[in-house]
Amino acid sequence: MARATKILRNFYRDSVSLMQLSSMFAKLPGVEQASAIMASANNISLLKEAGLLGGTIEAGANDLLIALQGQEEALDAAMAAAEAALNQNPPPVTGNGRSCGMAPRSIEMGLGDMVGANLALISTPGEYAAAEALKALSLGLNVMLFSDNVELKDEIALKRFAQARDLIVMGPDCGTAIINGIPLAFANAVRRGEIGVVAASGTGLQQVTCLIDRWGKGISQAIGTGGHDLHRDVGGISMLQGLKALAVDQSTSVIVLISKPPSPEVAGRVLEVAGGVGKPVVVNFLGADPEGIKHPNLFAAGTLEDAAAAAVALADGRRPEEGRPKRPPFAIPPKLAPGQQYLRGLYSGGTFCYEASLLLKKDLGQVYSNSPVDPGDRLGDVWTSRGHTVIDLGDNLFTRGRPHPMIDHRLRNERIFKEAGDPEVAVILLDVVLGYGSHPDPASEMVPVIQKAKDLADKAGRHLVVVGFVCGTSLDPQNLSKQEVALRDAGVILAESNAQAVRLAATVVLAAAGVGKMP
Amino acid sequence: MQALFQEKLQVLNVGLSSFAESVARAGGTVLQVEWAPPAQGHQTVCRELAQLVNLPAIEAANRKAFDAYLTAQPILRGIGVAGKVLPKMAERMILHGGPPIAWENMCGPMQGAIIGAILYEGWAKDIPGACALASGGEILFEPCHHHAAVGPMAGVISPSMPVWMVVDAAHGNQAFSNFNEGSGRVLRFGANSPDVIDRLKWIGQVLGPTLRAGVETLGGLDLKTLMAQALHMGDEVHNRNVAASSLFLKRLIPALLRTTTPSADIAAVVDFIAGNDHFFLNLSMTACKAMLDAAHGVPGSSMVTAMARNGVEFGIRVSGAGDQWFTTRAPVVDGLFFPGYTTADAAPDLGDSAITETAGVGGFAMAASPAIVKFVGGTPQDAIDNTTAMTHITLGRNGAFTLPSMNFAGSPAGIDVRKVVDTGIQPIINTGIAHRKAGVGQIGAGITRAPLACFTQAVSALASAMRSSQ
Repeated sequence: MARATKILRNFYRDSVSLMQLSSMFAKLPGVEQASAIMASANNISLLKEAGLLGGTIEAGANDLLIALQGQEEALDAAMAAAEAALNQNPPPVTGNGRSCGMAPRSIEMGLGDMVGANLALISTPGEYAAAEALKALSLGLNVMLFSDNVELKDEIALKRFAQARDLIVMGPDCGTAIINGIPLAFANAVRRGEIGVVAASGTGLQQVTCLIDRWGKGISQAIGTGGHDLHRDVGGISMLQGLKALAVDQSTSVIVLISKPPSPEVAGRVLEVAGGVGKPVVVNFLGADPEGIKHPNLFAAGTLEDAAAAAVALADGRRPEEGRPKRPPFAIPPKLAPGQQYLRGLYSGGTFCYEASLLLKKDLGQVYSNSPVDPGDRLGDVWTSRGHTVIDLGDNLFTRGRPHPMIDHRLRNERIFKEAGDPEVAVILLDVVLGYGSHPDPASEMVPVIQKAKDLADKAGRHLVVVGFVCGTSLDPQNLSKQEVALRDAGVILAESNAQAVRLAATVVLAAAGVGKMP
Repeated sequence: MQALFQEKLQVLNVGLSSFAESVARAGGTVLQVEWAPPAQGHQTVCRELAQLVNLPAIEAANRKAFDAYLTAQPILRGIGVAGKVLPKMAERMILHGGPPIAWENMCGPMQGAIIGAILYEGWAKDIPGACALASGGEILFEPCHHHAAVGPMAGVISPSMPVWMVVDAAHGNQAFSNFNEGSGRVLRFGANSPDVIDRLKWIGQVLGPTLRAGVETLGGLDLKTLMAQALHMGDEVHNRNVAASSLFLKRLIPALLRTTTPSADIAAVVDFIAGNDHFFLNLSMTACKAMLDAAHGVPGSSMVTAMARNGVEFGIRVSGAGDQWFTTRAPVVDGLFFPGYTTADAAPDLGDSAITETAGVGGFAMAASPAIVKFVGGTPQDAIDNTTAMTHITLGRNGAFTLPSMNFAGSPAGIDVRKVVDTGIQPIINTGIAHRKAGVGQIGAGITRAPLACFTQAVSALASAMRSSQ
């Protein structure tokens, strides 16, 4: 097996474009493995680990490195083809408002072409993101900071700087937002309406906005804050800004607040402000005690689904408890073999995984995870499940050097097949996240492996139950109903939400153990 | 943030281009920034840069510096002798092009020119003697720029050489330069043979005094107006000076004829100027130096006030950074070579002439001079594109230097180190290429770009200055 490398100096491309190019290069004749990356020290060490790189490479973060491995006689032609593809493939310039001449190279230069710009959506590598965000704020722009790996002290500094200028920083690590009806980053196409959301959780925000859409209501604004906003040292700056903005927004009549486990003192502060905004506020702080929420304007929701249902009911002028979603009928009697007893949740959404851990703990007892509710339930080897296990495949441990599982299904597909081979597994639990930025047709990736997994179990005299839910809307590019039909046809039992899917899966396990009854 | 809800969302997308596509697909307004890590990926500088962007103190300082540059009125006042009119010129001092450099580190052409200057001054009898003197530490070598002076290529000025004297009538500062000797075997390319020394002597004895009399009769000459006219006639007054030289001669001849100068001298001087299409270059450079010195020394300003090369290093000076130079290795210019020469023969970039680009002419005014792009096999559209690109790294436009092919827009001027580092767009420079060996002369011409490293250093220096002033 031969290797070839080529360095293109000062030839920057973003990481998603490079992943697309890498997979294209890997399909060139005679090529076994291929990678096109920016030659940062970190990326070079990844390539070395992958065996694509031998000697030392003199290159920097602005140099593009192509590394190929394959049949020696094919590599020259493959490299030439790769280079030609890169040169043919300038980064697309979209949008309007550009005057003439060269594309903007900086935020300030972009402002020259788009004088009315009011938000910078920043998704550079994390080590540069804080600087870009500071520039945007200094130039008077609100910021959505998708990038992760931004230090907490930078987050605090940026948010304080923004607050002093009446601007907001959504993020860092903010995966999704919907502002003035425009979905940003990994957001869904939901109808507009009167419910405003502020969320310190990307998939949490997606779940709530999609369910609200599914149940006939719409979204005024959905503001992401990034997952650390309710950290003690950040103090919920962005959530408080978003809350106050929605409080005076005439298009918003109901507000939903979502967070992964917040710092108790910050949660207290946020709830205090929320109680006084003069609008009903639904609160889902994962893992927080609903008893702590006593104010007459505040409505505690135990799950994302409950939060969405409560908001929809309140928007209709009903009491939130009248809005409880109905449980779907669960008519398929599983023919489980003796010994099939465990649940394996394979999640692409971190908040879904955490919510599953919380719910399953109550029903099933110990549930192992790479992001456990209790530190004692941490999975030692994330690549091997034990007992009941739920895994967040979007964890850095899995995404190092590869795209997020919402985009690239390979890793989860491998894991589905692996779990199917385990005779103790009764049920596999899956999330499917649609929307802008996600895979264009996730069902097409999942159906073949689900069929293979079921066949494997069948041949071994078992029955594998696959439970899932699709987080999306009918307006999403992937189309919710098309995805649901394809998955149902493949034998997946679909619920409307994560909470319902988790309960269904737990029911299967309990039924197998003879504890519960099939409904 | 509430204001955002009342406006139409307009997104600048920095990073993953797929996000811009999504926003556009959802009916939103979005512009993709073609982002790459600034400052060659140095994270510390990226952060320092971010702290300087749109900083009120810097914006105010830049307005002040840029305004001084715009309002400067460079007037040719006369001709003097360097040792007498340059305030800090010492008896045994030789000035050179570019940032400071020690004798032993100088490139071939610069050493050759210094040897020529020593012979011209009569400090040594022959080349070995001149070498011994130069390396012996008895002669002070200083950049022209430390003396309000500029010189093309080697940029050598010794005490008894005649110099142009330009004054900025608006601010009172003076600027100086040596005289252009023509092409071929000349001192500025490191030649020091007897014919070169003889020409220098003629320049000192005939050309200088004759021009002094002519300029006196003229009562001074407004250089800015003359340069503006030349821009309308196809010059960019750096690498093409044929129109400006002609205009200068047109103004000079009637004045010379009114002096008492012997007609043989007038004839020789007119012949000499008429035979050198680059004669005006040194005046263009002096005028630019005067305009930029007016802008220099404003605390907090990120405006570049000099770009200069010594054949080894490229250096810049910044208004708010005082006497500091920010230097890096000088690039080798890639351009068109005269027959028989290649890049291998070329000296790294050399001379103070990039002062023209610093002042918004030269490469920055390339749109005025389509003929120049032929040096790199380009088209007139390329010339316009080059000028347009420079608008993104400059503080404004100079309304005195208008560009006919761009609907008489002013030429972009006032390079901002922050914008250079933020966009990665490097200032463009039109330049001649010297042979790396002394005395061979010019072997080509082309377009080069100021290296980014100088600008990233300047950003760091400004950032630390801002920190300590807070």
